[in-house]
Amino acid sequence: MNQNDFPILKQKVNGKRLIYLDNAATSQKPTSVINAISEYYETINSNTHRGTHTLATKATDAFEKTRELVAKFINSDTEEIVFTKGTTESLNLIAHGLKNTLKKGDEIILTSMEHHSNIVPWQTIAKETGAVIRYIPLSDKHELEFVGLNKILGPRTKIVSITHMSNVLGTINPVETLARMAHKVGALFIIDAAQSVPHQKIDVKKLNCDFLAFSAHKMMGPTGVGVLYGKKQLLEKLEPLNYGGHMIKEVTFEKSSWNDVPYKFEGGTQNISGVIAFGKAIDYINKIGINNIQKHCNEITQYALSKLKEIKQVKVLGPKERGPAVSFHIEGMHSHDVSELLDREGVAVRGGHHCAMPLMKVLNISGCSRASFYLYNTKEDVDIFIEALNKAIKVFKL
Amino acid sequence: MNKEHFEKHSNEIETGLNEEELIYKENILDHYKHPHNKGKIKHNASCRELNPICGDEITAFLEIENEKIENISFEGHGCAISQAGISILTDEIKGKDVKEIKKMKSEDIYKLLGIPISVNRIKCALLSLKATQGAIKNYETRNN
Repeated sequence: MNQNDFPILKQKVNGKRLIYLDNAATSQKPTSVINAISEYYETINSNTHRGTHTLATKATDAFEKTRELVAKFINSDTEEIVFTKGTTESLNLIAHGLKNTLKKGDEIILTSMEHHSNIVPWQTIAKETGAVIRYIPLSDKHELEFVGLNKILGPRTKIVSITHMSNVLGTINPVETLARMAHKVGALFIIDAAQSVPHQKIDVKKLNCDFLAFSAHKMMGPTGVGVLYGKKQLLEKLEPLNYGGHMIKEVTFEKSSWNDVPYKFEGGTQNISGVIAFGKAIDYINKIGINNIQKHCNEITQYALSKLKEIKQVKVLGPKERGPAVSFHIEGMHSHDVSELLDREGVAVRGGHHCAMPLMKVLNISGCSRASFYLYNTKEDVDIFIEALNKAIKVFKL
Repeated sequence: MNKEHFEKHSNEIETGLNEEELIYKENILDHYKHPHNKGKIKHNASCRELNPICGDEITAFLEIENEKIENISFEGHGCAISQAGISILTDEIKGKDVKEIKKMKSEDIYKLLGIPISVNRIKCALLSLKATQGAIKNYETRNN
């Protein structure tokens, strides 16, 4: 699907055609996104929301157009979209903002499959407030264990923050059901959607989540741009994270008052070119259709799963029905060595703990290898990857 | 063609990797699969080091007497480079002066490993030295 739109994929790595299978870490960018960045600097570079001159107006318009595109993309209202640096900053912003609503003994519910960015901010505010973190365990099938969940969620639960799709296991969690359960006990429901937004239709109204975080760079946009969605009445109550220019309504020597939502969260000059280019990434997705992307990635994922099953040394992690991330483990061969040997064949995969050290502990491994797919990957890519993997296993004489 | 030479070349043909690229040399894989000095020993100094990038882990146990490494062992897990590295290093420094070990630099480790270390494997390669020198530092802090 459209490999020609991605200049980076035309290159050779170690003399071999680049097979990029590290999309869960970051995706590649189409020409339209790359060009948007230089076009911005060549034609309308100026600071948004500040000046009244022509360039400032044009830059502000282009910046705000992306906000509208994002809102439409996830079915929210425009003022419910806050731009951040990425998913990590979005989650930090929520955790920081909710800190003053927590007291000793309150409970924050996470899962055993969270990325560090959805653990560390909560640990930090739990330490400061005396709140307690509880984790929903993993089932044998590497899905969330629903048995006993009613004992975890209860009157003390104030926050439930869960990944939509595990960056390691590919597991897609039933967030709509979990949102209902969280709201039933009066808790806020937060989704780390970094892995799911690039791959499936997200409708925040249907999911009824209170907050949702994701990154532009995993969906063909530039790095350094992320989104925090929040229900408007909740964003209005949330304390900002960055204080400074543009996020204020009025400043005196004694005190300040905050700007309206979402601007009160966007202190300082934003990543303007990045946000504008992000708009081009959404245009690109819309042109192909998010459902077509999902269908294609699912096909590639199921093909890879079937091929990996044929290699007896490989143990695949995660359930069969999953998003396009396939992690695996080879007894007697560390993931770092796997990725080094695959790289020599031009195949880029990720090795290590994938920023999910607690999950590695549950799985009783120190790390694993991960191949993750996006719209430009083909079955041929999978074949080359499998061939390279067999070769690597041979080097280690397993 | 002697046996060693033949094996080197047959490996090259089998894996498609030439000698320079072959960081997974027989020696490295041997140490990785059958590590020397692995397991906890009686010790008076230890240090645990982690490579957060890929989860390599090494704990070095040292028995220091009269400024000498009387005995050394390790526990840990991780990639072939980090684990072979500590296996080779423990062999090398057993019985040597602490002063000498403290002076060791990254180049000394690369020489011991005898393989090209690319920039993304430096942390793996040097984890052994970090844990060993860390144990000596802990020992000296405690005893001074």
